Amino acid sequence: MSDWDPSKPILEIENLSISFFTRLREIPAVMDFSCSVMAGEAMGLVGESGCGKSTVALAVMRDLGKNGRITGGRILFKGRDLTTMDDEELRQIRGSEIAMIYQEPMASLNPAMKIGAQLAEVPMIHQGMSKADAWALARQIVADVRLPDPDRIINAYPHQLSGGQQQRIVIAMALMSKPALLILDEPTTALDVTVEAGIVDLVKALGEKYGTSMLFISHNLGLIMDVCDRLCVMYSGEAVETGNVHQVFDEMRHPYTQALFRSIPLPGADKNARPLISIPGNFPLPHERPKGCNFGPRCDYFTEGRCNAAEVEMREIPGGDRHASRCVKWEEIDWTAPPAARIAKEKTPVGKVVLKMEDLKKYYSVSGGAFGGGAKKVVKANETLSFEAREGETLAIVGESGCGKSTFAKVLMGLETATSGSILLFDENVQSTPIQQRNTDTVSSVQMVFQNPFDTLNPSMSVGRQIIRALEIFRFGASDQERQDRMLELLDLVKLPRAFADRMPRQLSGGQKQRVGIARAFAGGAKVVVADEPVSALDVSVQAAVTDLLMDIQRENRTTLLFISHDLSIVRYLSDRVMVMYLGHVVEMGTTDQVFSPPYHPYTEALLSAVPIADTHVTRKRIVLEGDIPSAMNPPPGCPFQTRCRWKSQVPGGLCEREMPPVQMLEGGHQIKCHLSSEVLATMEPVIKIAAE
Amino acid sequence: MSLFVLRRLGLMLLMALVLTFAVFCLTNLQPNLEKLARSEGSVRMTDESIANWIVQNGHGGSMVTRYGQWLGVVPGWTYTDDKGVTRGRCISAEVPAEAAPRYCGILQGNWGFSTFAKSPVTTVLARSLGHTGWLMLAVMLVMVPTSLLLGVLSGMREGSRTDRVLSAFAIATTATPEYVSGVIFVALFGSATAGLSPLLNQWGWIEGKTLFLGTATSAMDDITFWNFSLPVMTIALYGIGYIARMTRASMTEVMTQQYIRTARLKGVSFRNVVMKHALRNALIAPFTVIMLQFPWLLNGVVIVETLFNYKGFGWTLVQAAGNNDINMLLACSVVAVFVVLVTQLISDIGYVFLNPRIRLS
Ligand SMILES: Nc1ncnc2c1ncn2[C@@H]1O[C@H](COP(=O)(O)OP(=O)(O)OP(=O)(O)O)[C@@H](O)[C@H]1O
Ligand code: SF4
Ligand code: SF4
Ligand SMILES: [Mg+2]
Repeated sequence: MSDWDPSKPILEIENLSISFFTRLREIPAVMDFSCSVMAGEAMGLVGESGCGKSTVALAVMRDLGKNGRITGGRILFKGRDLTTMDDEELRQIRGSEIAMIYQEPMASLNPAMKIGAQLAEVPMIHQGMSKADAWALARQIVADVRLPDPDRIINAYPHQLSGGQQQRIVIAMALMSKPALLILDEPTTALDVTVEAGIVDLVKALGEKYGTSMLFISHNLGLIMDVCDRLCVMYSGEAVETGNVHQVFDEMRHPYTQALFRSIPLPGADKNARPLISIPGNFPLPHERPKGCNFGPRCDYFTEGRCNAAEVEMREIPGGDRHASRCVKWEEIDWTAPPAARIAKEKTPVGKVVLKMEDLKKYYSVSGGAFGGGAKKVVKANETLSFEAREGETLAIVGESGCGKSTFAKVLMGLETATSGSILLFDENVQSTPIQQRNTDTVSSVQMVFQNPFDTLNPSMSVGRQIIRALEIFRFGASDQERQDRMLELLDLVKLPRAFADRMPRQLSGGQKQRVGIARAFAGGAKVVVADEPVSALDVSVQAAVTDLLMDIQRENRTTLLFISHDLSIVRYLSDRVMVMYLGHVVEMGTTDQVFSPPYHPYTEALLSAVPIADTHVTRKRIVLEGDIPSAMNPPPGCPFQTRCRWKSQVPGGLCEREMPPVQMLEGGHQIKCHLSSEVLATMEPVIKIAAE
Repeated sequence: MSLFVLRRLGLMLLMALVLTFAVFCLTNLQPNLEKLARSEGSVRMTDESIANWIVQNGHGGSMVTRYGQWLGVVPGWTYTDDKGVTRGRCISAEVPAEAAPRYCGILQGNWGFSTFAKSPVTTVLARSLGHTGWLMLAVMLVMVPTSLLLGVLSGMREGSRTDRVLSAFAIATTATPEYVSGVIFVALFGSATAGLSPLLNQWGWIEGKTLFLGTATSAMDDITFWNFSLPVMTIALYGIGYIARMTRASMTEVMTQQYIRTARLKGVSFRNVVMKHALRNALIAPFTVIMLQFPWLLNGVVIVETLFNYKGFGWTLVQAAGNNDINMLLACSVVAVFVVLVTQLISDIGYVFLNPRIRLS
């Protein structure tokens, strides 16, 4: 290691190819992948699910499992080739020089070992440190990752910590022996945005403090921009574009990168004036890749005979900062031309009130204690919710996990009955009517689209059959023929080819399954559709298509859409009104413009500032919330947000800690549940500023 | 925690009552009593005198009162015959009628008299339990370490050759019941004319006629490797296969967990990945199984003790059942119920103890 020159890359991957060998065939997961990371640099790896990001990371750790093999290329770490090292050499590098953090924090900690022991192990193995010293170091690093009360934490077991705290411990573990390279595989995907913002800040600060190089894997372009200096865009096992983050974001030179940016909702996108453009078609499976350019079948610039003639090489872009692209036509494409396919659409007029909720409450009682003992506790999942939704309107419900979004949806659907309050659907009270007793009309007029398209379809029934089943349940049509016709119409509505009626769910991609879910929801002519995170399980390029589909159907049928999401970018893009929830309370409600511009509720402000935005023209104020969301079983007294609020000191007399704030009506029907006076609210500055282009 | 234990104890007590009552009813069925009357009285009794004998010896009355007497919560029966001699449950040669206590069930320590062994049940039971205790101890000492080792070895590298060989062995042993494996062992190691012993003897490797003794009767006085190996092996073998398979399943599952990968990528050596990270998590499930093996071992004990003529608990149970020895049978079932329930309790507590997720939440 002594002969390594710090001005050389710390990690250099050269023409790496990796295959998995299954019984059926060889799966070439990564092909001809090259990239290099300099000392102290953060390299981002983006791409859709299945493009081979994790595989690259695991190859660097040389942990591809039994059936994975590096079939070509080299991985140089500080000048030494990792691909030829034996187990003992690898063992000495793992954990001490290269550390890795992956997606699920809970799963990466040993449930039967104390946190301190798991941390202390690293220096004990690599530096031969004594147990006492190692524990002392563990305590110090735990403090470094900004966890409160390190003494308690190192003596705790993993399940005693929250998800965010666990992820901090995993980071601490990776930093125990000050590695030269840190690999992070989607480290925040499982976490809430405000928690994610804290972790991202921490990773950046620690990277600077210890001079660690990073390989940061994510599918979120905004996050990459926050953390990384350079990035590498992957598509179907290949790197298609690499370069400096700012250069790639502003002067992309690969059609896939461009398409990716056009399909994500950035500030300024608007469902009517500037709709998103989805990438047509589907991702090729590793063994079904086309000849020539992998992106060819989905590319707008595809030219027969050139793009599919031979394998496309990665080529350096002159004048760039180590900027390279894998496209034969990059010099000819006019990168500044606006997209051709963008068709502005009309805004849907909003009609009469369809759904009205008044003082809705939903409490659950749960029993505490491991062995069934202990007092019964009440979880206040929803507290005095009141709102109305109109025909043709999109109302977004935003909040982090556990804030009561899904409970609310269940109550509305009749899967749960409300504890008190009323739900009026077309002036009919359905509050305490569970779904079994609702009449078919009510049931068919309120429908739901679920988060996970993979679980909601019956795997052993063809797509057409499932839609017809739904039609039968809603007593639609007099004959089978009529239902058959309607089913085909519904497939047209969700833009699936009619031939898909005979397919089985397993033959569909995630986006296609979600479309079937939507078709089913609209089968009975639903008037109100509750979409619970309908796109969060899908890849970005597919998300755009599914959201647009929902919008188109809404325009046509004048449906009321209740869109439940934690993703503020998409909410801003498609909703007319927004309701922000925190710990079962609606803390802010108003039109999209009102909610996304000041005055904000302090929680909304923090939420907005936490969402990464993949746009170099946007500057965001960083507000990092301390701590985690309190448990709904044990909410703080007074204002639910008081434990994390940075404005609390502006309210005189500690009112926030004692009294539940009232709902303030601001102009234009904008509601904020907060003690802050209107003068203070007026001083709030916008969180997001878009620089003039 | 203590509340949990208390509650479990209460539940156990209730179950013990229900189960012993069931056994009591079954052993005290009318035909059994008639048989008893014939064997205790005379074989040529008339039906009428049998009925009299039953009533005069405290076997009349409702099942519940008799159960209460046996338990010691209902006063024991007494019967004064024509000659003015009073007999009763609590009256014996040593304790005359005047001095006899009112209650004398098992709660008072009176387990009755064994009609077959012609001595008090407690004496017989204590002796046979002592024998079985040694047997069990030896079985556990052989079975638990071997099976855990086999399970861990085969589970730590799933699909490897070691794994395949050990798994095949484990399946083969669980598929072989004791009465088969016991006989095979005797033939193989314990016979002077067949199996390995004559060969070994010929080669001069062993001094005696056989490698191991095919009967364990002498082990009741003095346990040796020679006389005890076969019964222990026979019982342990079945359990080894079973526990090893549980351990293997649990181990392979643990080895695919993310935290094992974390440990590996921390640079922990494979040995320590197994020892420090995998083992404890992998042992949670087999621990419960081992505890639940105890009651099941009783089963093996019955077969093996009979096969090897070792007068322990199982042998006594078989004799009691064969000879209509009601008191003995009842006492045996109390012991069995007790063993089952106590091991259940220990397995629950141990599970909680090994698994911090349950212990502390
Ligand atoms: N053990 C394996 N056996 C066979 N194929 C595998 C294996 N692991 C991964 N693959 C395949 O390799 C390809 C790349 O997978 P990889 O996990 O690297 O994707 P990813 O980019 O990390 O996706 P995600 O964003 O979903 O994590 C996929 O097509 C996947 O199906
Ligand atoms: S090589 Fe052709 S098909 Fe591939 S990205 Fe470039 S223009 Fe599109
Ligand atoms: S009421 Fe107080 S604590 Fe709650 S959000 Fe307003 S300022 Fe913050
Ligand atoms: Mg991945």
